[in-house]
Amino acid sequence: MKEQLQKDFDNTIRNLTLSQKDIEIKKFYLDNFINKGFPNRREEDWKFSDLNQIIKKNIGELSFYSDYTSTNKVDTSAFVDGLEHNKIVFINGRIEKIDFDYEKKDQIEIIDQSETINKFNNNSSLSDLNSAFTNKSFKIVVKKDYQLTKPLIIYHTTNSKIWSKNINLRLNFELYENSSLRLIDLFKDTSEKNFLNIFYNFDLKENSVLKNYKVDKFENKNIKYSFNNIEQDKNSISETFILSSGSNFCKNEINCNLNGEYSSAFVNGIFSINNNKHHEIRTIINHLTENTKSYQLIKSVLEDSSRAAYQGKIFVNPKAQKTDGYQLSKALLLSKVSEFNAKPELEIYADDVKCSHGSASGSLSDDSIFYLMSRGLNYQQSTELLINGFLLDVVEKITDPEVKNLIKNMIGIKE
Amino acid sequence: MDNRQKEIDNLKDYKYGFTTDIENTRAPKGLNEDVIRFISNIKKEPQWMLDFRLKAFERFKQLKEPDWQKPKYPKIDYQDLYYYSAPKSMKDKPKNLDDLDPKLLETYKKLGIPLQEQKRLNGIAVDAVFDSVSVATTFREELTKQGIIFCPISEAIQNHPELVKKYLGSVIPVTDHFFATLNSAVFTDGSFAYIPEGVRCPMELSTYFRINASNTGQFERTLIVADKGSYVSYLEGCTAPMRDENQLHAANVELVALDDAEIKYSTVQNWYPGDKDGKGGIYNFVTKRGLCKGKNSKISWTQVETGSAITWKYPSCILKGDNSVGEFYSIAITNNHQKADTGTKMIHLGKNTKSKIISKGISAGFSDMTYRGLVDISSKAANSNNYTQCDSLLMGSKCGAHTVPYIRNKNSESNIAHEATTSKISEEQLHYCQQRGLSPEEAVGLIVNGFCKEVLQQLPMEFAVEAQKLVGISLEGSVG
Repeated sequence: MKEQLQKDFDNTIRNLTLSQKDIEIKKFYLDNFINKGFPNRREEDWKFSDLNQIIKKNIGELSFYSDYTSTNKVDTSAFVDGLEHNKIVFINGRIEKIDFDYEKKDQIEIIDQSETINKFNNNSSLSDLNSAFTNKSFKIVVKKDYQLTKPLIIYHTTNSKIWSKNINLRLNFELYENSSLRLIDLFKDTSEKNFLNIFYNFDLKENSVLKNYKVDKFENKNIKYSFNNIEQDKNSISETFILSSGSNFCKNEINCNLNGEYSSAFVNGIFSINNNKHHEIRTIINHLTENTKSYQLIKSVLEDSSRAAYQGKIFVNPKAQKTDGYQLSKALLLSKVSEFNAKPELEIYADDVKCSHGSASGSLSDDSIFYLMSRGLNYQQSTELLINGFLLDVVEKITDPEVKNLIKNMIGIKE
Repeated sequence: MDNRQKEIDNLKDYKYGFTTDIENTRAPKGLNEDVIRFISNIKKEPQWMLDFRLKAFERFKQLKEPDWQKPKYPKIDYQDLYYYSAPKSMKDKPKNLDDLDPKLLETYKKLGIPLQEQKRLNGIAVDAVFDSVSVATTFREELTKQGIIFCPISEAIQNHPELVKKYLGSVIPVTDHFFATLNSAVFTDGSFAYIPEGVRCPMELSTYFRINASNTGQFERTLIVADKGSYVSYLEGCTAPMRDENQLHAANVELVALDDAEIKYSTVQNWYPGDKDGKGGIYNFVTKRGLCKGKNSKISWTQVETGSAITWKYPSCILKGDNSVGEFYSIAITNNHQKADTGTKMIHLGKNTKSKIISKGISAGFSDMTYRGLVDISSKAANSNNYTQCDSLLMGSKCGAHTVPYIRNKNSESNIAHEATTSKISEEQLHYCQQRGLSPEEAVGLIVNGFCKEVLQQLPMEFAVEAQKLVGISLEGSVG
């Protein structure tokens, strides 16, 4: 893999106009990655999902160089109907379109950061890989007091032009005071056996609101890793919703730093997977100052020999008195061979806090099925109804009505 | 009130902190094959036992000391320890208690464990372990009548080799983790109990561990085998003198329960916790594991952990037999600079297996406490259940409480439920109690006792009273 990395790295660098110093920095990240390699189960954070093995098994040899000189045609039929929205379109990792038609032009700034190296506050080998190979990265700034009128949908599309490829993406968002952004990440893949490595950084200033919905719904054979870093200032709110369903392997990580008083973070997630899929969500909520709040709800429905893992951590700094932290994960195992792993973790150094977590896993209760069947539903209908209700609970947590309806329709959940 | 105050003052300091001035026989300092041969030789062990030790030592040399635990400690120099220390008077084993060194008798009397016949605790058979050797075992004749074997493990190796050979290392193999393997190589003494088929042990069996010598590691090994349909309740208590240095205690406890057997294992751990500034104290790195080997067997661990500078242990149950049950009840209290990383592992292998975990952690002062646990339901363990509850109570803003559960469910017919909370004693509760005339300290005592009640109830009577007092004492001075 080392020669491949080196070769692809040289190719990538050739297409960029970087200063010698920046190349050195990129080289440094490359060397870091070469040293560490893909994470494996010996690392605590990857205990339940051995990415090294998963890549070996599903992809084999990866290549890291992406030729971004030619454009891809944007297929407008793939766009979401019935919801007016701004868009950013990625095709095979290349940005094809940025469009904020519905917004005031002077309130949103898009800064091309491709030629600058920005450090990512995470020293995992995947962030090293990302830093070494990203060749296009943007910063999207929402100005003070501006609330986007329409949601922003980021289309992550891949097509059959690529295979066995590693794609690295990076986006930075900065939300100034009193601003707000609704962001939907929509994954649509027709490609197979690629590894997507996505890093987002959000900087939320005072009173700003971020709502991020990550929807991985459509069946595909790709492997995905996505990392969100969220920095929150006073009074800011972040809401993250994850639908983890389509990809062969998918791991979502959320790292949220509640730096300002009265800031709050909400993470809600659904695993709905079948076949051999293996998905994971890992969250770290750092309560770093007084009066912060976090709430997490993760529900899983596991069919066939699928596997899901949830690692959630609530960290409370000694200064963070009056913290309110809550975390709940529930899993339905519908097949004998499905598996659910959880590691809900509390690390608390302040005494005046209210923190709790709960985790439960098991099958559908026979009593509930009996109850429904005695009222005339057949077995299939009964289980469907129960699963529907089980997941609806999470979807209902979405605070934005437009997006809520969109997601409900998308996954066919009825009220 | 005066009496109570006096009592508290008496207890405030670690009352077991005295040392016994007694002549010792020691193995040469350091850890090597010769020391292992020395230990094996002095105990007149058969060849197979020595082989067992050497095999473990071979393995130990390849192992690396683990470092994933939360409480970090300065590196231990394993060559700077004595691995064997025994009172000189024990060299030729005294035939009966009258021959026992009066100094030893005095020590145990001071500890509240009288060994003489007339003063014996009612209905509890005691095996007293002093540093590396067992000094006395009481009530042996009465137990023998029922076919129960209760003796120091070194004696069992001599007298019941077939049993020891069969079960020693069957739950904690010689190739286990770092400290367990170290113990397999150098263990000195401990208790052995065998309850024959269908016998319900008429009294509580108990071992009392005492570290006296300085610079010594204590490595004892306990093996309890409950044959088909038998029942035994076993108690363990521990204390050590106050010393500035940290002492290592790395024991192995193996439990084996065959068909329909039940073992109840209770620990009140009160090793010297170090002084107010965190100087000295015992490193309590113990491996405890129970195997529910037979159908319908049951193993239940109850622990009250108040002592030790660092407690690092996970009493576990391997639920191999169908319908077997594992239970874990724990109170862990850390004060001043104590640290604890403790919890349990419930490994479900058989069908219809059930486990229950109740863990209560209280941290005060500058201490740090972690509950770390594993519940693993394998794909074959159909219709299994686990319920876990771990609550932490924080007293003061300088301490920490953490929960790290690992939950693995590979069977759709099985259910796992886990709950955890962290909080402090609420102002309302305190106010309510004080309004009714309790002092703040009494109020906290009452609330803490209520918090721990579920676990304290699991302890045998004599222990429960003691433990309740201990809970109060350990938290003394942390209110305000």
